[in-house]
Amino acid sequence: MEQLTLPKEKLPELLGEIGSKFELIGPKEENGFLAFRKINDPKEVNLEILLSRVPPKSLIFQQTETLFTYAKGKDSKVQSPKIDESVRVIFGIRPCDARGYDIIDPVFMGKKESDYIDPFYTKKRNRSILIGLSCNEPDTNCFCTSFDDSPANTKHVDILFTDIGDTFFVEVVTEKGEDLIKNLSKIFSKATEKESTIRKEREKTAIEVISRKMNTEGTVEKLNKMFDHEFWIEAARSCIGCGICTYLCPTCHCFDMQDESTLKLGGRVRVWDSCMYEEYTHHASGHNPRPSRMNRVRNRVYHKFNYFPKNDGIFGCTGCGRCIDYCPVNIDIIEVIDKVKEVNV
Amino acid sequence: MTDENPYQPWIAKIISVKEEASGERAIKTFRLEFQDEEVRKKFTFLPGQCIMISVFGTGESMFAISSSPTQKDYIEVSVMKYGKLTKALHLKEEGDLVGARGPYGNSFKVDEWKGKNILFLGGGIGQAPLRSVIDYCIDNRKDYGKIDIVYGARTSRDLCYKDEFAEMSKKDDLSIHLSIDVEEEGWDQFVGFVPDNLKRLNPSPEDTIAITCGPPIMIKFVIQNLLELGFKEDQVYTTLEMRMKCGIGICGRCNIGNLYVCKDGPVFSYDQIKDIKGDM
Repeated sequence: MEQLTLPKEKLPELLGEIGSKFELIGPKEENGFLAFRKINDPKEVNLEILLSRVPPKSLIFQQTETLFTYAKGKDSKVQSPKIDESVRVIFGIRPCDARGYDIIDPVFMGKKESDYIDPFYTKKRNRSILIGLSCNEPDTNCFCTSFDDSPANTKHVDILFTDIGDTFFVEVVTEKGEDLIKNLSKIFSKATEKESTIRKEREKTAIEVISRKMNTEGTVEKLNKMFDHEFWIEAARSCIGCGICTYLCPTCHCFDMQDESTLKLGGRVRVWDSCMYEEYTHHASGHNPRPSRMNRVRNRVYHKFNYFPKNDGIFGCTGCGRCIDYCPVNIDIIEVIDKVKEVNV
Repeated sequence: MTDENPYQPWIAKIISVKEEASGERAIKTFRLEFQDEEVRKKFTFLPGQCIMISVFGTGESMFAISSSPTQKDYIEVSVMKYGKLTKALHLKEEGDLVGARGPYGNSFKVDEWKGKNILFLGGGIGQAPLRSVIDYCIDNRKDYGKIDIVYGARTSRDLCYKDEFAEMSKKDDLSIHLSIDVEEEGWDQFVGFVPDNLKRLNPSPEDTIAITCGPPIMIKFVIQNLLELGFKEDQVYTTLEMRMKCGIGICGRCNIGNLYVCKDGPVFSYDQIKDIKGDM
């Protein structure tokens, strides 16, 4: 893996150059929150705030997206939109959020020959080059290390930037990353042994800062045994069903499909949906397999910590902490899993 | 449903509409034909598989294909008027265009069941997927043993495929046992629920596959009675239902436990589902 450095004052030059060649997306402050947006001016980039409120999942799996358009009536016809496949650079993505893509890739891009492939996700995923940014100062509810991850993990991105003082330590991880660097003017320097040591120290310190730990060992097996346990009634008691835990989760991939139309024309639009809502599973007959909060909270926990492991061999959680940070009634997924451990079955 | 975009349906023309049941729970069977000749040629399915039907401007829903794959000229879906989409579909007439994509899900194991007796136990609109298998078995009659069809609905008005049953009953190589829930003037067949009719008929489990589809409560007691009659858990098949959106295992909606009904189902043997922990 090539190791380079970039003086911090050269960052605007780098982003400017990337922006002139490709579409550039980066973290930007918006109404007091961080959001991933198109960057027109390198000065807009904010690297101070740790996590965007809405995870950059939204760049690949869009919150709303037209799947096809149609004409109604006697001349009904359908048409798929053209999906942009030009290279796009996502700068400043945190390792945990990039890992979120790795977790949901098999859902949208298929695992087996017989699986359907979602072209909207796949093409956006393939056109994106990820330049990650290590988290030197993880936040109170960060727990990526519970999933053998690290706040400076190179594995999920094409290039990783780590702040080592006056410079960024730059690791070129993938071929896609190499190609991008090759395309840019020579503003990087070769990293020294000393700089490499500082980068490792930064990672070590960051890992030590992470104080929260989810103990996932044996969770899948334990959940196998406690679906019908009254624990779930208790676990869901304070939930108000707002759905924010699912909307802001980097691994939640549920969506609804709705028609938007005028008299003659229309489109079928995909929108994020949430299993925390009563309507989500409500059958036309009136029957609802998940009629109460208990069923829905349980489904969320099982999907992340039992169904994902069973279907894809991975927990559906990155440890980003958003669902804890933003829950209006302080439901804490780490505590839920801790309590799962304590239940006697 | 082009190779590129699995969400995009093909255009299908309604070539006929047949009213199966009238009233509040009206049921219509729509006969569809894909407009594109290429699609017509390449669309194949197996009994039990489903199809996503679009009414443009309203949305789409998943339906069991109620015709048999041996019928190559068209596909049929039988639809009870219930929610937003089915109400819109019921307004459609012969010649109207809808969207259709599929086929989705697994199927009844009609190949594995060759040489066996087949016992069908349907209730209400639940007969729709069974009709596909029944017609398939009739069209491949020599491949199967005894065929018994037990079918019931609330009232005689709610019974689907009445004229087809009348036609079938002229054959001497299958038996039809209809029922309605409550007494009606002029009804000379069984009065009572499907599970009770099953008990009364007392079929032998030997070399027999039982397939049941209908309201959840009916399925529950049918399976209970089948087991009492000595049927083994892997001789009993049913279909599961969940609300669906994408139909292709991505949107996350139709899970029962870690299984997605749209792609892992809808057909399950009782020994597969009896231990599933999930909201149904």
